Amino acid sequence: MKKTHIIGLILIAVAIGIILITTGDASTYVGFDEAERISQNDPNQKVHVVGTLKKDAQGKIVGMHFDPAVDANRLEFIVQDSLGRENQVIYAAPKPQDFERSEKIVLVGSMKPDKIFYCDKILLKCPSKYQEGKISADSSATYEAKKQL
Amino acid sequence: MIHETIGSVGHLLVIISFVTALLATFSYFKATQTADELAAKDWVKLARGIFIIHLIAVIGVASSLFVIIYNHYFEYHYAFSHSSKALPMAFMISCYWEGQEGSFLLWIFWQAILGVILMVKNPKWEAPVMTVFALVQTFLTSMILGVILPYIDLKIGSSPFLLLREAQPDLPVWSLQPNFIPKDGRGLNPLLQNYWMVIHPPTLFLGFALTLVPFAYLIAGLWKNQLTEWIKPALPWALFGAGILGIGIMMGAYWAYETLNFGGYWNWDPVENASFVPWLVLIGAIHTMIAYKHSSAALKTSIILVICTFILVLYSTFLNRSGILGNASVHSFTDLGLSGQLLIYMLTFLFVAIFFAAKRWKQLPVDEKELGIYSREFWIFVGASILGLSAFQLIFTTSIPVYNKIAEAFGIVSNIALPADQVEHYSKIQIWIFLAIAALSAVGQYIWWGKLKESTSFKPLTNSALVATLFTVLFVNLGKVYTVSYILLLWTSLFSVIANFNILIFLIRQRFNLVGGAMAHVGLAVMLIGILFSSGYSKVVSLNRSGFAISNKVEQFTKDDNKENKENLPLWLGQGAQMQDYLVTYKGRMIELRGKPGYYPRKDFEVIEGDFHAVALRNVEKDGQLIAKKGDTLTVEPENTYYELEFKNAEGKSVSLYPRWQVNPKMGTAISPDVKHAWSHDIYTYVSLDPRLAAEAGEEKQWSQTVNSTVSIGDTLFLNDFVAVLQDVSRVNTVEDMTLGPNDAAVKAQFQVLGKNFQQFSLAPLFIIKGGMVAMPAFESEETGIKIKFTAINPKTQQFSFAVNTTQQDLIIIKALEKPYINLVWVGSILVFIGLFVAMFRRLQQPKAA
Repeated sequence: MKKTHIIGLILIAVAIGIILITTGDASTYVGFDEAERISQNDPNQKVHVVGTLKKDAQGKIVGMHFDPAVDANRLEFIVQDSLGRENQVIYAAPKPQDFERSEKIVLVGSMKPDKIFYCDKILLKCPSKYQEGKISADSSATYEAKKQL
Repeated sequence: MIHETIGSVGHLLVIISFVTALLATFSYFKATQTADELAAKDWVKLARGIFIIHLIAVIGVASSLFVIIYNHYFEYHYAFSHSSKALPMAFMISCYWEGQEGSFLLWIFWQAILGVILMVKNPKWEAPVMTVFALVQTFLTSMILGVILPYIDLKIGSSPFLLLREAQPDLPVWSLQPNFIPKDGRGLNPLLQNYWMVIHPPTLFLGFALTLVPFAYLIAGLWKNQLTEWIKPALPWALFGAGILGIGIMMGAYWAYETLNFGGYWNWDPVENASFVPWLVLIGAIHTMIAYKHSSAALKTSIILVICTFILVLYSTFLNRSGILGNASVHSFTDLGLSGQLLIYMLTFLFVAIFFAAKRWKQLPVDEKELGIYSREFWIFVGASILGLSAFQLIFTTSIPVYNKIAEAFGIVSNIALPADQVEHYSKIQIWIFLAIAALSAVGQYIWWGKLKESTSFKPLTNSALVATLFTVLFVNLGKVYTVSYILLLWTSLFSVIANFNILIFLIRQRFNLVGGAMAHVGLAVMLIGILFSSGYSKVVSLNRSGFAISNKVEQFTKDDNKENKENLPLWLGQGAQMQDYLVTYKGRMIELRGKPGYYPRKDFEVIEGDFHAVALRNVEKDGQLIAKKGDTLTVEPENTYYELEFKNAEGKSVSLYPRWQVNPKMGTAISPDVKHAWSHDIYTYVSLDPRLAAEAGEEKQWSQTVNSTVSIGDTLFLNDFVAVLQDVSRVNTVEDMTLGPNDAAVKAQFQVLGKNFQQFSLAPLFIIKGGMVAMPAFESEETGIKIKFTAINPKTQQFSFAVNTTQQDLIIIKALEKPYINLVWVGSILVFIGLFVAMFRRLQQPKAA
């Protein structure tokens, strides 16, 4: 066997190793129920949960607590996942900018035995960012039109 | 009035550039395929003419678009979406790359120029190389074609010359006013209004365009059965491309470091990876292209890697522009409906490349004897393979969103997500790969320059290894490097620096133009050391735990990603807080004035709502110079708020940092850090939250209900959690903005207020009698959030009455990181680029020497 072939085989072996590590590291998109089940099997496994902030009939966010003067590194809020389950979430960081404006929210973290979802990272999907300002284009255009009329 | 002509001219020129690219492809193809030399010459002549027209048309397209942007023709979708009247001239260029169409145009432009250079410089290879070039141009121009095929109703490309009413026909305004023209555009994303963003995209796209050159030579070589000859003209271009693409990537990294708040210059973001992976593969290709003469393995690997480089550039374009990454990345564009076209583009070239390579594979030379362990080719082959492995790992993980889409296409629901901690995921694998690369770069150079032979075995490297060990021991103890993988990486990087430096010295004595490789390798190793310290030992310095001994507990803070710690520090206006070696004081919100250096207190200006002008509320001075008189109107950047943070060290030397909050109409609030540079480390600070600005700027302060109190001198009041002592009440003779007559009087009360960290503030409300009327102007202290009025004097009891309202004290939350030795990253990368360019010049000179 030639040396290049041996190297080739080693490379393939390493590549397979990489694929296995990646599969192990890859997270999943789940609901809170599934997140709870996963955390019971492996408390360190991090998952992605997609949901929305809980709002009342007037569109105001409910269950959110953040008091920077007391603790700037603790944000509590309630998220409803796509299957309808509501869950308490704690984020050990200041409130992200544009938090209230978010249309959809992706939490990365894990459920703890106290049934609170502790998230390490929050991805926000805000309307203007997501649709490249289409909404604001509409409103500004209609606003301009109104001014002219 | 709608300026229709310019758009029609532009669109016509787009169509001309598409058609000429197609015709040039055909003519060059004919020229390549004809056996008859005279006919071939005619075809080439024709093709040249067509390609020149193509270049002129492309320049015309770019100019037409610039006319539209420059003249603020907001009836055009592109100008409306990406520009505005407030935009300074320098940033109008940046409008090109905010939109997809404009960035395609930039790419097309570079490639057309490169095509003409190749046409003139290398007529021997012209016909087949330019066939590939013209075909690529055909695909790229089709992306901005904006033509709808009749009958089958298929839209090809997205034109930058659409009128707003064509781009967004559903707006209700068109039924009322068909000729409606918006007054102003939506503007360029303020994040892109940055000098790096003027030069980063053109450099990156030039780099992308340059990857086509080696690919075109390769296809030409395979096509014309010149299986090794293609490498010589392709190699200098590959080196140039790697240099430019690398500079483009590093510019982006530096921009991210300065502008985005993820705490570093590299975030393993899918889009970052997508430009880095082709670069890695191109570097691998360059190495094997140097070794092809004596090794068939190197030749075969070169072919594969050159193909991969070009295809990966197309793949990264596809990832960025198809919308497949969605919200996973900061840079990705939204889908313009071009994914299908991009996919066809990529698959076409993949198919063409595989077709030619497969056809010639059997004819490639075969090695007569096996590669020896002391042969240059062996080590180069191993090195290139490991670079390939690094690229494979990056692209395999980055493509996770793609797997879901593919599964979806087959009707399978797949919900895999990118790793929860991407930085950790990539770092833990790549550290070992780059460890190997650093070691190989040292061994490889020694072998290459004949320093290691069978007779010497590996002994000549012993010195470098010993010196590296010595320094490692030193740095491990000084820098408290106690992680095994970090120690190993540190050792190999030092070993690589020393070994390559030895070679560098040896070569400088011989011929300077040979030093490219050694220099690039030294640069890489220096970069690795910089990355190791700046990322591995980046430390949060804004810890919110009073009395906690940070230095003794480094391990606690670095492990577990700091999640349990309080990394963000609240700062109250005017009240200092101790942070590592500095006393940090938040001194207020600031604003920029266009054309004036520095920052100015925001409260001295009233920003006109919905405009980019502000009126000075008082005379504003800076360093004794009058900047603006009361009532002046100035041009400002209304979306940017800066926070003046004063860092004072133990010796009392102070420096101010100005991190930024940008209320960005295109993407919500964008947070930018400010960085204090020192030779050994950077202090990187940003405002993670400004609750008042976050709750909508301009909102009125909420004052508490009035509390009345009556006190004597020396008495104490508790106001808004502060202790305030009435120290003195005295008569004053002058009052600002008021002239006191002989029968008037003014009395000032003086409160001393004690802050949380023993700072002193004073409250000095006035009680004024003027013309028989009583005035009691409110005294407002921003630092303490107290508004106080002097309401009554009782001469009999010697008591004084005050009315007090309080509000939330002005507060921001900051996060600060220390990045040790980050300058090594920039220095190392510059060495890599210089090395690549030196090597390019050497390879350009070679034909003469040979």
